[in-house]
Amino acid sequence: MKDITTVRLTVNGEAVERAVESRVSLADFLRDDLRLTGTHLGCEHGVCGACTVLVDGKSARACLMLAVQADGAAVRTVEGLGTPENLNPLQRAMMEHHGLQCGFCTPGMLMTLTEFIEQRRDSPPPSEAEIREVLSGNICRCTGYQTIVDAVMAVLNPPDGAA
Amino acid sequence: MKPAPFKYHAPRTTGDALRLLADNGDACVLAGGQSLMPMLNFRLLAPAHVIDLNRVPALAGIRVEQNVLHVGAMTRQGDLETSSVVRDAAPLLQAAVRQVGHRQTRNRGTLGGSLCHLDPAAELVTAAMAMDATLIAESAGGGTRRIPIAAWSAGYLTNALRPGEMLTAIEFPLWRGAQGHGFVEFARRKGDFAIIGVATLLAFDAAGTIARAAVAIGGCGPLPQRPAAVEQALIGQRPSAPLFKEAARLAATIEAHSDAHVRADYRRHLARVLTERALAEAANRVHDAGHGASQ
Repeated sequence: MKDITTVRLTVNGEAVERAVESRVSLADFLRDDLRLTGTHLGCEHGVCGACTVLVDGKSARACLMLAVQADGAAVRTVEGLGTPENLNPLQRAMMEHHGLQCGFCTPGMLMTLTEFIEQRRDSPPPSEAEIREVLSGNICRCTGYQTIVDAVMAVLNPPDGAA
Repeated sequence: MKPAPFKYHAPRTTGDALRLLADNGDACVLAGGQSLMPMLNFRLLAPAHVIDLNRVPALAGIRVEQNVLHVGAMTRQGDLETSSVVRDAAPLLQAAVRQVGHRQTRNRGTLGGSLCHLDPAAELVTAAMAMDATLIAESAGGGTRRIPIAAWSAGYLTNALRPGEMLTAIEFPLWRGAQGHGFVEFARRKGDFAIIGVATLLAFDAAGTIARAAVAIGGCGPLPQRPAAVEQALIGQRPSAPLFKEAARLAATIEAHSDAHVRADYRRHLARVLTERALAEAANRVHDAGHGASQ
């Protein structure tokens, strides 16, 4: 017998109400029920970081959360950042610094970095070591990470103090 | 979806959670989910009931009272990491939690969850062992059991909770006076569980002699070990590099096992090297702690 719960939450600012089976992960709920397929699923056991989303402003692995646990929460996914025509500064920096090749890990990288950037407002620019520490939970098999670090450094250390 | 079907419960109070646990024999308690959810996804576990503690606010919190740090079982690892109370009262715990997983997993993962999962190399278990933590287990009907960390393991990846019991809080008795802490681990990759992790606490008397020592070595058995010979070798001595080298040599005699990753003799080698480093770290960051009540 299916154990079904009705969940109400916001996803990228839009109110959502759905009946969902208890065992469905937040990642599957986003992808299958809401058709927000920007959140990628790699390992589905909390290692790769590809499914990282923000839940009430904090990064979380969406494969390790049940959709019912997000009842009442504000969830943000990669679809809530820029658009293909109008990338946000982080996305633009990733493009300019070749921070992605195949792009599979990129949504998770972007959401992890979005939390980091938002929490750091008004803080001094981070060191490369700090950025690598933040990125440690997201695995990329293409870039070797240096280009991703370069992109974040460019966003958080803009030349001539320009924001 | 990956887990087998289960009935989901989201109690709002500790009492409701304990009643659900008493009423449903085949149940798992869901804390931060960073270990349980992978096990459900792999179907290593297929409980009939999942009792989610994430909506029980009373189970989370950090406070110091009468020289004891009290931490609610559902306190997030990320909150331990940034808490000024933990920084001032128990910097060893903060040093350990920084090595746990990654930012995303610390945002969800909890102290109680890590202690209950009881991975042999879990950093928080090693720190709790060095600090002589007491684990508070409650059951429906008002039963409370205080379990010393030394009695917390019932075998590999198995805690000492009885059916119907739930870990609700952890107490860390704090040391007074001049003291230092060290936490050093070796893992193949950043964020992995350690192969060996060592937590140290040293307290000093007015003359600068080591008055009290705790050394916990994780990753070489179901529960971190406290090699008494190492601690005894330190007490009454003045801190020095040769002393730490000699004491660490005794750490290499601990029991260790071989597995698919590394051999037992390499574990013992790591235990020696990391103990020496963690003792040096403790001696190099001595501060004075007078723990009053704080929030």
